[in-house]
Amino acid sequence: MTIKKLIPVLMITGAIAMTMPSCKSKVADTDVKAKVEAVMIPGVTVDVKDGVVTLNGAVTSDADKASAEAAVKALDEKSGVKSVVNNITVAAPAPPPPASVTTTLDAATQQKVNDGLKDIKGVTVTYTVDPATNKDKAVVSGEVTKADRVKIMQILASAKVKSDVSNLKDKK
Amino acid sequence: MSLQDKYAQLLTAAKNMGVSNLAVAEQEGTLHVSGTANSTADYDSLWSLYGQIDPNMASGDLMMNIDIKADSGASLKVTTDSTNLNIRSTPSTEGEIVGKAAHEEVVTLVEKTDDSWWKIRTANGEEGYAYAQYLSPM
Repeated sequence: MTIKKLIPVLMITGAIAMTMPSCKSKVADTDVKAKVEAVMIPGVTVDVKDGVVTLNGAVTSDADKASAEAAVKALDEKSGVKSVVNNITVAAPAPPPPASVTTTLDAATQQKVNDGLKDIKGVTVTYTVDPATNKDKAVVSGEVTKADRVKIMQILASAKVKSDVSNLKDKK
Repeated sequence: MSLQDKYAQLLTAAKNMGVSNLAVAEQEGTLHVSGTANSTADYDSLWSLYGQIDPNMASGDLMMNIDIKADSGASLKVTTDSTNLNIRSTPSTEGEIVGKAAHEEVVTLVEKTDDSWWKIRTANGEEGYAYAQYLSPM
């Protein structure tokens, strides 16, 4: 190829280079966004403007917040990310569901308590309505050893029965 | 002082020992705590903490419905004081006695029928319901 033939080619290349000066380094924001979203954890939204990535949303731990930012920074330079603004908030995890609060003392429940207590000597149980809450409770009385006292409380708890053990005395 | 504060040490201990499905709710002057402890040792230490925080557990303000992790097929030790543990045809003391497990005998868990009665099987193949309070997962 002669120099003469090359001139128009060079001119065209030059023209393109001049009209699109930033072409080789700039990645479209929409492309950056897609790349970041691909590595993002749930609950985080991504906004990109001129290569600056802004993270929004809520996660449940500081570790998640940090790892979201780290995931963006770990992308290679061709991804077009210039910097990261981390606006992610950390919300406390949802409270656990309430524990079972069954306090009804139907015949079956009373039977369960009676079954458990029958092997513990010197203990009587009666069922009554607690005036403060209008709920049934088991009133346990007698004299017991420390070990039996724990056993009684475990029996009442596993039958989900509200109890009154203020009349339960320690065996001397 | 709220009950959660009163029993904070207990709740923290439960969390730290990895009690699963730990749930806590305060309702009408009673703190309800439920979950599954990983071992009998964890379970015992939670109950001992309860006794320390609330001497003699006399306030009646905590219902600690914690069980011990045991899947079907797990080994259970019979923890009666000294007597045999009755094995019954139905989950109730009304049920006919179909077998007995000796004190400290090791039996196999068939299923946790409910919180009070578990279906078990002895080494001689006797199968029926026994009171869960006297069975400790090993």
